[in-house]
Amino acid sequence: MSHRLASGGRLIDRTSPLSITFNGKRLTGFKGDTLAATLLAQDQMLVGRSFKYHRPRGIVASGAEEPNALVGLGTGNRFEPNQRSTTTELFEGLRAQSQNHWPSLEYDFLALNDLVPQVLTAGFYYKTFLWPRAFWKHVYEPIIRRSAGLGNAPDADSRDSDRYEQIHAFADVLVIGGGIAGLQAALAAAEAGARVAVWEQTAHWGGRAPVDGVEIDSAKAEDWIRNTVERLEKMANVHMRLRCMGAGVYDHGYVLGYERVSDHAPGADAPRHRLWRMRAGRIITATGAIERPLSFAGNDLPGVMLASAMRDYLVNFAVAPGHEIVVVTNNDDAYRTAIALRRAGLGVAAVVDARAEVTGALPQAARAAGIRILTGSGIRKVKGGKRVKGVEICEIDSRGVAVTHRLDCDAVAMSGGWSPVVHLWSHCGGKLIWDEAGHFFRPDPERPPLASDGRGNLRACGAANGVTGAVLSDAHDAGLKAAQDSGASAKPGPAASDQVAAEAPMEPVWMMPRNAEYDLRSKMWLDFQNDVKVSDVQLAAREGFQSVEHTKRYTTLGMATDQGKLSNINGLAVLSDALGQPIPATGTTTFRPPYTPISMGAIAGGAVGAVFQPLRRTPMHDWHAANGADWEPVGQWRRPYAYLRPGESRIQAVNREVRNVREAAGLLDASTLGKILVAGPDAARFMDMLYTNMMSSLKPGRCRYGLMCNENGFLMDDGVVARLDETTFLVHTTSGGAEHVHGWMEDWLQCEWWDWQVHTVNLTEQYAQVAVAGPQARRLLERLGGMDLAREALPFMEWREGMLGGFDARVFRISFSGELSFEIAVPAGQGRALWDRLLEAGADLGVMPYGTEALHILRAEKGFIMIGDETDGTAIPQDLGLDWAISKKKADFLGKRGMQREAMQDPERWKLVGLETLDGSVLPHGALAVLAGRNANKQTRTEGRVTSTYFSANLGRGIAMGLVARGPERMGEVLRFAGPKGRMIEARIVDAVLIDKDGERQNV
Amino acid sequence: MSENAISALPGAVSEGFVRVTEAGPCGMITLRGEMARLAFALAPLGLDIPGTRAVTQAGDKVLAWMSPDELLLMLPYDEAPGTARALQDALRGDFATIANVSDARAVFTLHGAHARDVLAKLCPVDFGMLAQGQIRRTRAGQVAAAIWVSGEDEMRVICFRSVAQYMFDLLTIAALPGSEPALYS
Repeated sequence: MSHRLASGGRLIDRTSPLSITFNGKRLTGFKGDTLAATLLAQDQMLVGRSFKYHRPRGIVASGAEEPNALVGLGTGNRFEPNQRSTTTELFEGLRAQSQNHWPSLEYDFLALNDLVPQVLTAGFYYKTFLWPRAFWKHVYEPIIRRSAGLGNAPDADSRDSDRYEQIHAFADVLVIGGGIAGLQAALAAAEAGARVAVWEQTAHWGGRAPVDGVEIDSAKAEDWIRNTVERLEKMANVHMRLRCMGAGVYDHGYVLGYERVSDHAPGADAPRHRLWRMRAGRIITATGAIERPLSFAGNDLPGVMLASAMRDYLVNFAVAPGHEIVVVTNNDDAYRTAIALRRAGLGVAAVVDARAEVTGALPQAARAAGIRILTGSGIRKVKGGKRVKGVEICEIDSRGVAVTHRLDCDAVAMSGGWSPVVHLWSHCGGKLIWDEAGHFFRPDPERPPLASDGRGNLRACGAANGVTGAVLSDAHDAGLKAAQDSGASAKPGPAASDQVAAEAPMEPVWMMPRNAEYDLRSKMWLDFQNDVKVSDVQLAAREGFQSVEHTKRYTTLGMATDQGKLSNINGLAVLSDALGQPIPATGTTTFRPPYTPISMGAIAGGAVGAVFQPLRRTPMHDWHAANGADWEPVGQWRRPYAYLRPGESRIQAVNREVRNVREAAGLLDASTLGKILVAGPDAARFMDMLYTNMMSSLKPGRCRYGLMCNENGFLMDDGVVARLDETTFLVHTTSGGAEHVHGWMEDWLQCEWWDWQVHTVNLTEQYAQVAVAGPQARRLLERLGGMDLAREALPFMEWREGMLGGFDARVFRISFSGELSFEIAVPAGQGRALWDRLLEAGADLGVMPYGTEALHILRAEKGFIMIGDETDGTAIPQDLGLDWAISKKKADFLGKRGMQREAMQDPERWKLVGLETLDGSVLPHGALAVLAGRNANKQTRTEGRVTSTYFSANLGRGIAMGLVARGPERMGEVLRFAGPKGRMIEARIVDAVLIDKDGERQNV
Repeated sequence: MSENAISALPGAVSEGFVRVTEAGPCGMITLRGEMARLAFALAPLGLDIPGTRAVTQAGDKVLAWMSPDELLLMLPYDEAPGTARALQDALRGDFATIANVSDARAVFTLHGAHARDVLAKLCPVDFGMLAQGQIRRTRAGQVAAAIWVSGEDEMRVICFRSVAQYMFDLLTIAALPGSEPALYS
């Protein structure tokens, strides 16, 4: 039985008990516990079911490497699956539930899978579900999804109720890992004068040195840790973060840190997670090492744990995994666990050591403490069902047939040696080297990840660097060198001196016993999280898998949330053995960020709700919102599609607005239009290149409509240009195109025509702009007074500046509706007041605002094109009948050569025409004109498509424009358009201009 | 000042671990051209050309470096149109461009010792390298911004007018009590 000891526990506060539930059962822990410690303290050894076989599983580890003890944490909007109980700090009211079982943790129906394990071997899915094909989606997949998997997804209707944020930070030296090596490295770098940041993923500084009984400068490690942290915290050039995991290392010293700000205090008035976006000159990984399991039959039973984890629970939380414990090892380090257990008054049945001779200092100390040591031995099999009951011992070099000892026990501590945590080193290209003495991969200092200057920008130190024994001088060295790389030059104090017991070499054991028979091998778990066994990897090798990457995918070794932190080396050692090659020849799978899973909330950061995306507002936005605006997104702007009056439908509002512009006058908020100033001695020359038509001949005071094409000749943007003076133009662009056009101009000016004297300034937001359109437009503006806007004083396609009713106005006489129309630009700050004044002054004239849909219909009635409707990035101006706007005099303009290409000259190109349905109905958007027969791809042949289609309230019927093969040559022909549900709609080709063909209405 | 003119979010204030205030109408003039020519035009205002990422000040006018050929003159809102005209006259015949952009912008003032901590959440900027009196262009969240360290415990954020509400919301959220990152303080 696992239990809490009466005294001790370095990290817990026994005066602060906390009440939690696990599968609804009330449990009590202490402040400072992890969830795993609390579960173990109350003999909750069974914590989940395994992935494929639904075998009972318990807690194996004590940290980020835990594969088994994943739980669903919280409820409702705070429910989150797959949370590691070993890294979950306890809080009052914590609610956890175990995963992957049906119907309950104790009695899992699907554990039947375990009775026929030979069915679910490596590649089972690939081999079994190939045929019949249709079965995959409807039969196999639903079954597999029920039986295999981790936690449940949160309820689809739940909404994360926490907030998250990101933060940008910078350092000369970033130290990842706050164990003694990390602290020493940080101290050296900081004393050398570098700007240092230190991240530690747990809530405590110092790592596992206190648990391992390390002495530093002849005192307990705790004392040195406390003093060093205090010193670092006082230094102005050091920034320290606890609960902040180095998640990933990317190019150019970019590192992501995952800070769990308030996971331990849900509901606190704080962000839950904070993602650190660090740019570091140099990076030091002091990420320690992870102990490896041993592969023996039944090594996955609840009660079998890593020896180091057992020590952690004992020392940190005063939790013992059992009363009688067997330690099985191939190295000296595990003896620390045996000794610690014995000191705590627990029974140690034996240390089972694979090595024939065991004479190191730690084993001798164990012997002196009266602990029995079985050398040259291994565990043959663990006995028990849902928890450990005992072990059978055999000779290590045997087939495991003969049992040499039977030991009763309720827990097993295993240690297969240590693997440096090389993940962060590897993320951005750091290479590994196989350490022959330690039997692990460690960072190859000759091949680090490289900075932009071609030099290494990452150093590993301490256990993460493969250093065994004393680590502080290595750490000091790494810190100093990293600081010096960043230009720091002060001399730091000396490294502290850490004393640890000398350890005899470990002896690799990849399978226990070494020549185990199949029935044992098929119960030796390599990957606890994915249920991959020694026999699976061996089978994969027999079936021809040689690449470790392929074997990973085939067997699922090292996949899922733990990414094989425990299984990696053991698995590839077994694969190497099966392939008959040394381990370094097999290599490792690729280490990819993040080190452990990070929350989607942290990735999204603060970009949720009101600030999910910037929403651009015109100066009149609030008026629109208060007056029934039905919004339409245009780029990041919101524009009123129509203004709905009480009781009015969207369509009724649009029809009212459309009629009113032609009958009285309408106001359009045109502030979103792009307004770019183009100025300089070469401005006219530049304008002639940007536009297809001539702009240099435009006189100051005048306006001209123009087309902009890209290099391919495709229409990109259009709008009205006003010439302000000899060297200055004001370019109006489409609302959505302003930023792109501005960037386009700068691209040409900076990269191609860098010697032209032209400046551009984006003045889009400097002005609020209101279009006043309709027969009453002039009368309305004359009521404001101050400017002569008579036909002769301000002719069509001209502009004037002046004070209009007290507003600093620039008035353009331009029309996109075909009506008498003025656009009035005022400084944005005056926009709202102008809008209000116009509405007030025009009330008795029938003036009312109109939205973008009315704007679209009005222009369609006039046959005016709209960028994005009639154009789609493949239309050239000639397709739209805009030949008149293409200068034949100019030597060059952007797009000129593109238009001359063969395909652009093809007479079969689809060209713009008006379309009139025979029954007066409205054609569907984008409908295709179909022909009989099929093309080479067996598709229905087509001869055109609808680009714009509306109901015109002014004409009382549907109107449309479309691109049709040889369209303008086919006036009067009737086309068949494909409507919904196979219905065909007949429409006649007509002139696109439907109202006022001579333009008399706008010219009054 | 035209009685009709208002700033983007008049009177907007939020109190977090940093106080965020909309600064009201601010005059701004963009100047582009060769620095030597711009210096000539600016001399009557008593303003020297600032160095990279720096500002110079004369009375209530502040001149900020924007790029190797661009400056931003900040001045009282009402003076902007006249000053822009005067600068334009002084530079007539030169390849130089003057534009009054006062209304194109919104300005927020951050008061408090932890203003850098708020902005560190929004801008990919090393605020440890941005000293008092310096200014730089960057982004805040998803929009363009300029940050000016305008005083001790005071910073200003300049953005486009249309995204004033977005910027105010960003700053307010980043300054929420309980989310102090204690990075720069």
